Amino acid sequence: MVERSFKKEVQKLRLGEGQEFAGEGILAITKALLQSGVAYVGGYQGAPISHLMDVLSDAEEILGELGVHFESSASEASAAAMAAVSVNYPLRGAVTFKSTVGTNVASDALANLASGGVKGGVVIIIGEDYGEGSSIMQERSHAFAMKSQMWLIDPRPNVPGIVNAVEHAFALSEASNTPVFLQMRLRACHVHGRFIAKDNRPPEMSLREAMENPQRDTDRVVLPPASFEHEQEKIRDRWPAAVEYIRTHKINEVFDGERSDIGIIVQGGLYNTLLRTLERLGVADAFGGTQLPIYVLNVAYPIIDDEIKDFCANKSAVLLVEEGQPDYIEQALNTILRHCGSDTRIIGKGVLPMAGEYTSQVMRSGAVKFLEQYDEKFSAPQDPMQVVSQFIEEINPHVPPRPPGLCTGCPERPVFASLKLLQEELGDFHISGDIGCHLFSVLPPFNMGNTTMGYGLGAAGASAFNTESSRPALSIMGDGGFWHNGLTSGIGNAVFNKSDALTIVIDNNYAAATGGQDLLSSKGESESRSTQHPIERAVRGVGVKWAKTVRTYDIDKMRKALKEAISKKGTGPKVLVAQSECMLNKQRREKPLFANAVQNGKRMIADRFGVDEDTCTGDHACMRLSGCPSLTVKPNPDPLKRQPVSYVDNSCVGCGNCGEVAHEAVLCPSFYKAQIIFNPSGLDNFLWDLRQKVIGWLQRRADRQRLKRA
Amino acid sequence: MADSRERPLSIAILAVGGQGGGVLTNWLVDVAEGSGYLAQSTFVAGVAQRTGSTVYCVEMFPKKRAEAIGRDPVFTPYPVPGDVDLVVAGELAETGRAIQKGFVTPNITTLIASSHRIYSVLEKEALGDGIFDQEPVARVAAKASKKFICFDMAAAAERTGSVISSVLLGAIAAAGALPFERKAFEDAIRSSGREVEANLEGFAAGFEGAGQEPAPVQAEVPAAQPAGDNGKALAERIASELPAPVRNLALHGALRALDYQDPKYAAAYLDRVKEISVIDTGSPDYQLTSEVARQLALQMCYEDTIRVADLKTRGERFSKIRKDVAAAPGQPVHVIEYFHPRLEEICDTLPAPIAALILRSDFLQKMMSPFLRKGRNVKTTSIGGFLLLHAFSKLRRFRRGTYRFKRQQEMIHDWLDRVINAAVDDYEYALSIAHCIEMVRGYGDTYERGLSRYRAMVDAAAGLPAAERASAMRRLHKAALADEKGRVFGETITATGTVH
Repeated sequence: MVERSFKKEVQKLRLGEGQEFAGEGILAITKALLQSGVAYVGGYQGAPISHLMDVLSDAEEILGELGVHFESSASEASAAAMAAVSVNYPLRGAVTFKSTVGTNVASDALANLASGGVKGGVVIIIGEDYGEGSSIMQERSHAFAMKSQMWLIDPRPNVPGIVNAVEHAFALSEASNTPVFLQMRLRACHVHGRFIAKDNRPPEMSLREAMENPQRDTDRVVLPPASFEHEQEKIRDRWPAAVEYIRTHKINEVFDGERSDIGIIVQGGLYNTLLRTLERLGVADAFGGTQLPIYVLNVAYPIIDDEIKDFCANKSAVLLVEEGQPDYIEQALNTILRHCGSDTRIIGKGVLPMAGEYTSQVMRSGAVKFLEQYDEKFSAPQDPMQVVSQFIEEINPHVPPRPPGLCTGCPERPVFASLKLLQEELGDFHISGDIGCHLFSVLPPFNMGNTTMGYGLGAAGASAFNTESSRPALSIMGDGGFWHNGLTSGIGNAVFNKSDALTIVIDNNYAAATGGQDLLSSKGESESRSTQHPIERAVRGVGVKWAKTVRTYDIDKMRKALKEAISKKGTGPKVLVAQSECMLNKQRREKPLFANAVQNGKRMIADRFGVDEDTCTGDHACMRLSGCPSLTVKPNPDPLKRQPVSYVDNSCVGCGNCGEVAHEAVLCPSFYKAQIIFNPSGLDNFLWDLRQKVIGWLQRRADRQRLKRA
Repeated sequence: MADSRERPLSIAILAVGGQGGGVLTNWLVDVAEGSGYLAQSTFVAGVAQRTGSTVYCVEMFPKKRAEAIGRDPVFTPYPVPGDVDLVVAGELAETGRAIQKGFVTPNITTLIASSHRIYSVLEKEALGDGIFDQEPVARVAAKASKKFICFDMAAAAERTGSVISSVLLGAIAAAGALPFERKAFEDAIRSSGREVEANLEGFAAGFEGAGQEPAPVQAEVPAAQPAGDNGKALAERIASELPAPVRNLALHGALRALDYQDPKYAAAYLDRVKEISVIDTGSPDYQLTSEVARQLALQMCYEDTIRVADLKTRGERFSKIRKDVAAAPGQPVHVIEYFHPRLEEICDTLPAPIAALILRSDFLQKMMSPFLRKGRNVKTTSIGGFLLLHAFSKLRRFRRGTYRFKRQQEMIHDWLDRVINAAVDDYEYALSIAHCIEMVRGYGDTYERGLSRYRAMVDAAAGLPAAERASAMRRLHKAALADEKGRVFGETITATGTVH
């Protein structure tokens, strides 16, 4: 049950020659893949390409009609390894994942793929998670292209440009026998736009044809001596072939301007932001017209020496807009120009920051510095940020930070509430974190977790602490990370090394952080995947003796299990599977069913929590064990009290965490649960009336007595 | 290069998770495309979902003009400061964030914001009042923008049974920043085909709301209203014995004491307030008396088991819960309470000698502990559950004999003595003592933490030279609310001691 369904939108993938396609970047990419005649597609979800995986998944029927195999891969490495079939056969294929983290995982397969080279075009669509909205370390995927000699396409971020780039990427890959990266920046994945479609193309060779006619070529296997020859091939044959293709098809673009003495070179993905920045500076218009010629690197690697030389000829200085570090392109341009004796100056990181995202404001400041030095007529208009700086200063202290957190009713919340209570009782532990929603535990209100070493590496991140100690190190892993590699890298590793460590595996039935994709341990039935393989069974299978599955919302049991696991020594690694379904997914599934049942007259009970504002202390101890979006505050209605009171808003899903926490943390008597009965039975109504009569009578009597006193 | 400064209309939408920023964005694209415009939108998926804030960017340009110019506009993927025609914030603090990001420019930007708050976790988890006051944000928003439209759109959404995005769309349509007719917006809602009726109602509420003057902020303390003869007598006494600036608060306090215990208790409350008002010569508006009137009422009406049982069994509470969960008339709604009294809370309500005996005896405590290990759920809407709480509330008449009552009165006496002594020569110091008793409240850990920090700080300040006491109290009070574990408070207490 994924976060967003594309079932309706994927019908656009059937559009034919000449029809206009309107939609998001991820859908456009999928359409471009089908127009390119791919035989297989695979990948691993992760922002910003999670939804690309969801689109592909929802499009399985259409893919099937064309004979395209789609695989929801176990990891980025599995996805990249899929492309192995393109080494021997003219099969086109695409894989996708988040980068740089996914590329890190995939790089073993990618390096092998790039060494032997490909016959069928291979396009690796990487969602470059860099800049605002990113959730990972800030690095460049560029380095992967350089080290493995793969080509890196970084298209201008508009829908036709992206579609065009996909089609060229396959042709470039085949022309140079090299897998090609197509880099999609964060916002490009969800850019809405239009393009004129072509017909979908079934693959030229089907997978079946290839399987039934096996071919092999030992020269393509990465083993000496072939591996030494591969390196030579890359430089001798594949690079020049790529350069030739890129030049003849004019994949990089030059937008001419009136000036001939200065110009700008920019990565394709940054073109739109650059142009608007120049427009604001009065040296370009909003339609691509520009005073300064602009050379757009839709291919960021390799750099085409001759194009650089041509563009820089007769120019005294060129502004290079290259985001991120190290400054690979700047170094390359300087080398190219110095080798040919050009004295054109490349002004890049000299006026622009070495590190960090190139927002329009950052570009503006760099462009102004460049223009002030090299354009005698230029005078910068007032900086809009200066106009508003006084306002910003004035409000800065009043804008609360808004860190992300666990969703309403999240089943992971009680796990961290249990851990926090445990730490209050026993003191703090070293906690090795992982990647997933559970990493929000690092932020308020839970404030726990020391490190995160990568997806599925939570347990491995604590493996050095495999030594005698009064205080064991704990580690956390999500079900997504567990199946991605944690079962071997973490659990198997701990068994083999005779560790006593405790790993808490948070099993919420889905890869929840990436949008609720299915996993091996998902509880739901799936037509196209095999699910329902319990995590506990898997860990027992690799030799874990102490393994328990506990429902997360049962804080009492959870604490007891944690305590038992911590105190047990000499039993080998312990795995506590904290199990409850992701609430977002559960609600998505159950809400319509509930509404339907109520509609059809079935007796249904809805739970909702509440706080009595009269007895709430305004201390917010409950918040510090929750952080649930639906448990919030409001101004105290009591004119004598100043502290805001806790308050449960309408979004409460009645998960039960509030009540459990109130009990276990001995909080306060203000929490209550309301059980709303829809379509009550005869017995319900009879009992309700009876109780109302008795209670109502007592209440009225008490009211009268109080009124007498008042 | 074209000479004109023609450029696309640029829109930034700042939303918090779950507010439907994506829905609003799609509607705007539909409105534009349906009206002969080229449009682009971008966003970052997944961030907003998890309650962070996120920025949606929409740009649009007339297709006909693009054809006349001969080229399509190059849309930006992210709003450019100084260039944003319309900023939409689904929550008041996000308006501040829009200003911080430079999206709001005078003479250019129409700013539409909902005045309601979605509190961030940092505001919620504070030990006291952690809410960031947004009044300055609203003030700056008005002067930083070309036009500022701000009203409670969450309330409008709730009223109309729709979602905030439809109310925002209505406000956008009314604001005039986009060159489209009302019908074009409504058509976008219709063509999306989901919850059309409710969304159109929300839209209409937003359209209307945008044209109205913002509602005035309500007065701080509402007037206290005595219900019966005893209350009226108290009001008369207050009118004749207390100065005007404190009368309303004192009446609130006296009525609270009356409700909590009896007329004698309310009279005792007023005696004490009067005692302070007589010596309160430090400020014309009787700040000290007001603060004591407020805090004394809360300390005298501390929440014990009897009070909690009383409040939880009242008919008005049941009605409020039914209203909160939107129960239909006659629909059964059960209420289940979560109680986990500790030994201390049990002893608080016992007769003082018995409580003292238990608290001295390890044996008795051990005997009782199995019954206190787990929390209890009580169904107040069942006869048994109700009777249990009802019986507890009836213990009110025995309250004066309970263990906590005696201790509480001692603490109040000590506190008032400190206030009175301080008021002789340092009004600010007296005020700070009066104020800081506020942290003594609640149950369990909250109560104990507050009490021990209160004691530690009044003792620490009392040991300082006279001139330093008031400022030390202010510092310590802030430190006491800094963190639950008391790290900051501990450091501040130590520092206070060393200074001395």
